[in-house]
Amino acid sequence: MSQTAVEKILSQHVGQPVRPDELVIVPVDAIMASDATAPYAIRAFEEMGGGELWRPDKVILVIDHAAPAPNQRISNLHRMMREFAQEKGCRLYDVGAGICHQVMVENRHAQPGEVVIGADSHSCAYGAVGAFATGVGSTDLAALMRTGKTWLKIPPTIRIELTGRLPAGTVAKDVILFLVGQLGLSGASYQAIEYTGEAIDGLTLAGRMTLASMSVEMGAKAGIVDPRGLELPYRFEPVWADKQAHYAQVLRFDLSNLSPQISVPHSPDQVVPLEDVQGTRVTMAFIGTCTNGRFEDLQAAAAVLKGRSIAPHVRMIIAPASREVFNQALQEGVVETLSQAGATFVTPGCGPCVGTHLGVPGDEEVVISSANRNFRGRMGNPNARIYLASPAVVAATALCGVITDPGQVMENTASSS
Amino acid sequence: MKGKVHLYGDHVDTDQIIPGAYTKTLDVDELASHVFEYLDPDFRTRMNSGDFVVAGEDFGCGSSREQAPLALKAAGVAAVVASSFARIFYRNAINIGLSVVEIGPHEIENGSELEIDLKAGALTDLTAQRTYPTAKIPAVMLDILNEGGLVPYLKKHGDYQL
Repeated sequence: MSQTAVEKILSQHVGQPVRPDELVIVPVDAIMASDATAPYAIRAFEEMGGGELWRPDKVILVIDHAAPAPNQRISNLHRMMREFAQEKGCRLYDVGAGICHQVMVENRHAQPGEVVIGADSHSCAYGAVGAFATGVGSTDLAALMRTGKTWLKIPPTIRIELTGRLPAGTVAKDVILFLVGQLGLSGASYQAIEYTGEAIDGLTLAGRMTLASMSVEMGAKAGIVDPRGLELPYRFEPVWADKQAHYAQVLRFDLSNLSPQISVPHSPDQVVPLEDVQGTRVTMAFIGTCTNGRFEDLQAAAAVLKGRSIAPHVRMIIAPASREVFNQALQEGVVETLSQAGATFVTPGCGPCVGTHLGVPGDEEVVISSANRNFRGRMGNPNARIYLASPAVVAATALCGVITDPGQVMENTASSS
Repeated sequence: MKGKVHLYGDHVDTDQIIPGAYTKTLDVDELASHVFEYLDPDFRTRMNSGDFVVAGEDFGCGSSREQAPLALKAAGVAAVVASSFARIFYRNAINIGLSVVEIGPHEIENGSELEIDLKAGALTDLTAQRTYPTAKIPAVMLDILNEGGLVPYLKKHGDYQL
């Protein structure tokens, strides 16, 4: 029987061939919860009877959503997580380690061919390494802590073929924003997405994570990137989709003429080419998140801002995706370049993106952000407006104080040197 | 169950149900005090316990926060009725014992009276005198819902059963 990549991975785990829409109980390889979801998961786990974890070495807790704690209440929730991890012997990544999804991939808790479930909607990011990964809520995660299994309906797969070569100046973020705009917020609901094609073969692991993470912005259960071109710092066995596999839909997009894309307020699927909103005045710029807070994202921003200063009316906040990302950016001078340009670094984590702390915009303020969601109030203020773009666009916009195509700014550099 | 309709549109995301800044607490009454804070700040004062939230497509899209259905339940919402649901919200609601009813496209109006019979799979708009069939819930979800949620289900069965 020919199968899609997702069907193959799930068949291997269930122990028999599975078909779309079939209800199965699937054993998993690893699970994750953050400080936004772990407290309720821990409570539900205790209510279910507590005791030992299914596999303490496969239960990963990460403190990232409100790190370091902005108040007493949240600090006590963090304390609850630390005490639980110590008592049960599971792995806890504390304040500053980074965003859960980056931590999971960097530390090899999510590997090709595995089934990984996280109590966070962007857990689908592990599809970048070829894992079947999806998000659940706290009580589902508690059940996983206890049993190492969950139930799910095998998702039909949508194959998205991306042809052509990405034009200079466009990156993975432009690709995924374009796709979210095309499919809409529920365009892949209850289904899995397979991303494939020559346009994305050359993407780095970071770019693949950008792509996979925003699968949930189309309602997808999972998003898996074709392993062709995938490079990991360890040996791995890629899972290939069969050539004759049956797909619920095959969508083809030629990206040879793609231009920088922007998602406008207040929904990620409201996507337009940058030129449509060029010149829009902003007062805050943010680079970070599980979608675009990695080293190459910071590097792209530094390339735009090297030797320059951001506009005086803009404050630029950068939250690296992990300590490892921050350390690399320190070593390679990227932190220095960005700081000298006027950017402010905050703790590796999720704070500004989820509106908990470290950068809440004021009323009527306009924000340009490298994040994945711009729902009203997402960053903590329902009266602010958030535009989503690639890190280079965020940097060029911070520089000029209005939404700007980095291509124009870089051209100026070239002509003046 | 019978109750009054509070009507909303398509793609009501979890930030509208409960903003991220208010989710970091184990106090469900605290969650309830912020339900729909951005979308409909007067909701808490207008609603009565046992009322229904009715919406369009893709209710609960966005984050995986279980605090969203918990906030609705703690606020006294008896069920959420929608044309369709985002998958994580749907699972979470059933896991914590909040009824979710999928009915496809509908013409239910704000303030109408509804009657919902979960067992019979029927929803009646008493104001418009119209009945809507409800979508079937997967068997395992029905079992979880019948036990009052995933905690009591696993306490009873110890493991998943298909």
